[in-house]
Amino acid sequence: MTPLGAILVRDMRIAIRVGGGALMGVLFFLVVVTLVPFALGPDLALLKRIGPAILWLAALLASLLALDRLFAADHEDGSLDLILMGRTPLEIVVAVKGIAHWLTTGLPLIVAAPFIGLFLNLDAKAAAALMLTLLVGTPALTFIGLIGAAIAVTLRRGGLLLAVLVLPLTVPVLIFGVAAANAAVVGPVPFGTPFTILCALTLASLVVGPFAAAAALRQEME
Amino acid sequence: MRLSASNLGCRRGGRDVFAGVSFAIGSGESMTIRGRNGAGKSSLLRLIVGLVRAAAGRLALEGGDPELTVGEQAHYLGHQDALKPSLSVGENLRFWSAFFGAASAEIGEPLAAVGLDTLIDLPAAYLSAGQRRRLSIARLLAVKRPIWLLDEPTSTLDAAAQARLGEIMRTHLATGGLILAATHGMPGLDGAQELQLDQASSPQAVGEEQP
Repeated sequence: MTPLGAILVRDMRIAIRVGGGALMGVLFFLVVVTLVPFALGPDLALLKRIGPAILWLAALLASLLALDRLFAADHEDGSLDLILMGRTPLEIVVAVKGIAHWLTTGLPLIVAAPFIGLFLNLDAKAAAALMLTLLVGTPALTFIGLIGAAIAVTLRRGGLLLAVLVLPLTVPVLIFGVAAANAAVVGPVPFGTPFTILCALTLASLVVGPFAAAAALRQEME
Repeated sequence: MRLSASNLGCRRGGRDVFAGVSFAIGSGESMTIRGRNGAGKSSLLRLIVGLVRAAAGRLALEGGDPELTVGEQAHYLGHQDALKPSLSVGENLRFWSAFFGAASAEIGEPLAAVGLDTLIDLPAAYLSAGQRRRLSIARLLAVKRPIWLLDEPTSTLDAAAQARLGEIMRTHLATGGLILAATHGMPGLDGAQELQLDQASSPQAVGEEQP
């Protein structure tokens, strides 16, 4: 197995085993979305109108949930020292860890979204649009989150700092993700306009995230 | 292969940990680093690996791969064992062996050498401190790298495991390896040079050079 394949398999194994964060994200997503109809009452028209925004918000919070352990766990047990001594550039290792994290926490959210969307009176078309926007948008959330996770790596309780650092940076992704999902349901903007911007945001974060996170990790490890 | 350092200095948290450390060791040679707590034994090892930047001096490796840094040709056995509790003994070792690009995926032999071959499917969470350390040592055997930097390698090992580690280190030296160990005396490093870190800032503490 190649070094990068080894990291991908290892991180996914850890995530799905006891104490890993894979299921936590989906459960959190489920709980948050389920609470909304209880708080707002059974107004189907209202739920339908705000459904995509609620699902996006819940997905954003759920994808941040396990992120603070991404580098902190490796730092605490000494794995990060050894990873820095490997012959694989840290930027690529960071990107692969991000991919593994997205596969175990982002992807289950997307699969769960249409089912959880039933609570919010989401019809098939809206659910499809929402899944598409989440599929494109959640990698951006993970890769922006990498930067925060790397900055908070040496802190004991880094989760809170991570949220404070990362949430403002995810605002553009949230705006265009929700805008695209709404555009598909109610219009009047064509779906493609906000969706292409969402794609652009994701592509940019895929490039910037690993470099920024690797730089932060190098700085923190000194 | 020859690893030499001249006038290395290290600053951490605005404080000079050590300064003016010089040494040179060649293939098949070993060196033990001694000093009181806080003298910078661990910092020196981490500096050689490249995890800590040197404040002064230079480190040179002759006869190694010029494309790679010293850290990329070295094994570092630190205080932490770099094991994931939810993965099994075999999975942990297989991961590091694949990550460091081992020539073969065979892990039975290294595990047998440290006496853990019967525990290959046990989650690492159930290992004792000594067994965790032995699993870390198996990593040095699974992937061939010429320079070994060992930080208190015997701290959690019992007498039998220490003797076994001594044997492993003698074999490594006999095949042309280099060993630097921060330790208070251990079997297997009988002919080692000594580097005393307490007085390292004064010129007479320069490590003895061997031909």
